[in-house]
Amino acid sequence: MRQPLDVVIVGAGVVGAACAYYASRSGLSVAVVDRGSVAGGTTGAGEGNLLVSDKLPGPELELALLSASLWRELSEELSSDIEYEIKGGLVVAASEESLTTLSTTAATQRGAGVEAYHVTSDRLRDAEPHLAPHLAGGCHYPQDAQVQPALAAAELLREAGRSGARLCPGEEVVGILRHRDGAVRGVRTARSELRAPVVVNAAGTWGGDLAAMAGVDLPVLPRRGFVLVTEPLPRLIRHKVYAAEYVSDVSSGSAALQTSPVVEGTPSGPVLIGASRERVGFDRTLSVPAIARLAAQAAALFPVLADVRVMRAYHGFRPYLPDHLPAIGPDPRVPGLFHACGHEGAGIGLAPATGLLIADAIAGRQPVLDPGPFAPDRFDTTCHVT
Amino acid sequence: MPHSTDERRPRDADCAGLAVVGAGPAGLAAAVTAADHGLDVVLLDSAVTPGGQYYRSPPGGLGATRPGALHHGWPVFAELSARLAAHRDSGAIRHLPNHQVWTVERAGDGDWILHAVTGAEGDQRSAVRARRLLLATGAHERQLPFPGWTLPGVVSAAGAQAMLKSGLVLPGRRIVVAGSGPLLQAVALSLTRAGASVPALIEASGYGAYARAPQVLAANPGKMAEGVRHGAALTGAGVRMLTRRAVTDVHGDDRVEAVTVSRVDRRWRPVPGTGREIACDALAVGHGLAPQLELAVAAGCGTRACADGTHAVTLDQQLRTTVPGVWAAGEAGGIGGVELALCEGELAALSVIREMRGGVQRAAARRAVALLRSRRRLRAFSTLMGAVHRPGAGWSEWLTGDTEVCRCEEVTAGRIRTACEEFGAGDTRTVKLLTRAGMGWCQGRTCGFAVRELADAHGSGRGAGEEPDGPDRRPLACPVRLSTLADLAEPA
Repeated sequence: MRQPLDVVIVGAGVVGAACAYYASRSGLSVAVVDRGSVAGGTTGAGEGNLLVSDKLPGPELELALLSASLWRELSEELSSDIEYEIKGGLVVAASEESLTTLSTTAATQRGAGVEAYHVTSDRLRDAEPHLAPHLAGGCHYPQDAQVQPALAAAELLREAGRSGARLCPGEEVVGILRHRDGAVRGVRTARSELRAPVVVNAAGTWGGDLAAMAGVDLPVLPRRGFVLVTEPLPRLIRHKVYAAEYVSDVSSGSAALQTSPVVEGTPSGPVLIGASRERVGFDRTLSVPAIARLAAQAAALFPVLADVRVMRAYHGFRPYLPDHLPAIGPDPRVPGLFHACGHEGAGIGLAPATGLLIADAIAGRQPVLDPGPFAPDRFDTTCHVT
Repeated sequence: MPHSTDERRPRDADCAGLAVVGAGPAGLAAAVTAADHGLDVVLLDSAVTPGGQYYRSPPGGLGATRPGALHHGWPVFAELSARLAAHRDSGAIRHLPNHQVWTVERAGDGDWILHAVTGAEGDQRSAVRARRLLLATGAHERQLPFPGWTLPGVVSAAGAQAMLKSGLVLPGRRIVVAGSGPLLQAVALSLTRAGASVPALIEASGYGAYARAPQVLAANPGKMAEGVRHGAALTGAGVRMLTRRAVTDVHGDDRVEAVTVSRVDRRWRPVPGTGREIACDALAVGHGLAPQLELAVAAGCGTRACADGTHAVTLDQQLRTTVPGVWAAGEAGGIGGVELALCEGELAALSVIREMRGGVQRAAARRAVALLRSRRRLRAFSTLMGAVHRPGAGWSEWLTGDTEVCRCEEVTAGRIRTACEEFGAGDTRTVKLLTRAGMGWCQGRTCGFAVRELADAHGSGRGAGEEPDGPDRRPLACPVRLSTLADLAEPA
């Protein structure tokens, strides 16, 4: 007879994995269910960015700074290599105008605890020798780091497994079990029932569907992105390099195609080129205009890449919530239901802090930071009738 | 004959009535048939000369006076080539050799845009517009890994055949041919005719399995006769035919010196203690073919799982895919061989004509009925053939932990098993994400089947969450230079 479960986590992406890791470490009995395998959704499509540079002062930046220190701890605690690298970010501005905006942003970020150093035009190529000439300047963010996201999720789950967590891949949740008073008592999958007083929605881009099964609204929408992967190259690019315009694209609410160049090397050799954003539902067809723009912008930033061959292109669907903040914490509308989803393009970076907040909330411990801005019911107008 | 409004649109140089991708047997038959019926056709092919993998011929000047000696049905190809040349001269077919299509895109008006790379270095770009699309993208060889398969001297069976056809080079003097499928017999014969000694042909299945479907065999007397003819010729050439056996190890320091051949059971599990060495200096190995589906998947066409364990484009009787305006013919719709490819190419072209014009002339309609009948018969045979030679589930037992499965990224069977057993991977995509298997130059074309089988053994074929468990997705059908992609960008 198995031990009764305390928590069922739905979703084996990096957020679900981090929730499982911190919850099982605090002594809770955990099961993780996913209709696919580990990292099968947006985690597997991510570049593994752990960024503070692209966030303006506010609750998301606090979460990112906490996560940055947790990832550093995890990289030492976890037993296998997750390709963690504090490579640093280099944000570059093409014009004086965008450099001014970048410098202002950096000043406010510094006030919130971010390390940010101005890089003058003539020093940019010391940092990145292959950058295009004639850029106006940039900003170096040494705290920006990277992991290989699928390995990180798998390793967090393996570690959770060592603390007793059960992984149930290939099981699709088809319903949320409720008590007569409305409180959750587990999930029903296509194959079985898993009973637990707490259910964590870590279903990422599909989190809205899971919330709907519990009868609540959580407006998670997919925001598609493409990544181009080049043939393996010797290390040409040292940092994560992106254009200053990226920050405004991230925070834009527009559904139309936006692209801004994000270029980085990987330990295995290929260079990854992002980032596009568009709200087109779960459309999986390759968008030639989107990848063409990514290619043009990357070649403009790094002329050396022009003759390099692109081996493949892939897409992912970022879980987008209207205010670009994730939903983290208990849902006051359904006792026992917790949400940990809607991290948009920052899920890998924000996963450990999310997992910690969720584990603390389940255990009734004081949260390490104010979870108020992440309240899952904040979009529900029916709840805020005065 | 009623013509649709679509056909009354003026012919323009920028938009063909039909684009055919691939100039192998199916694509050639389709292109010339469509042109015979007055359609303006653009034929794109990655090779310099038409014929595909099957009718591959040496470039001029290599002194091969009788290329037909290595081919079956050469006169058919000669006739198709002549018709292609005539249509090319009259302008009915625009033939674009050395054009590798990397994706197909549907324009707002429903036309298709085919993006290709071309030029000697593959650094030129080309975009072709067409109202309809016919995919005759063929197949590539399916490989299974085994200990020692990365040693020099081990070549693919189809590769050995291709080397003979295009350059008349032998991979060795004493060549063991192994794997499974009817291609092996043809390869062994070609090798002996080119002067090599083939001590043994190792087939993992048993030919006796064909006898389980006597009606299908009776309907395909030509296929049976061919098998018997090949068997007799091989025996005459001194080739020993060993069935229910597989190469389970390869010996040699710098290159192949011998192979170990073991008996396998019905599930292809090697039987311990049955290994026997055969001296050789090369091994030609193959496990049948797998359809090339990149463009069909990119166009959004549905696929089906076939009896041989591969995926193929889903087609109706009229060779229409699940996407309106897109047809497919030949190996892309399921491995079936050259005769079927020729039949389907012609049938698909007639289907295109019928759909455009709301019907076809009586002679063409009669022809279509006969082709349909042949297709049904040949498809039944290819399904039987696929089932007979489908790798048994026990093949992976001949792998050792350090056998490389993905050669491009040097991923061993042991690492794939760890990803499945310790990290919960149960499908190709997750194994790829956790190990990099399939991320290298060949993009999983070589190891894809093996990785899928190894993962399925753990995850029983579950999808990777977002992606259903279909064929591998390769949105870029071939590598493309960044500058080539960048050239397509519209000014912001």
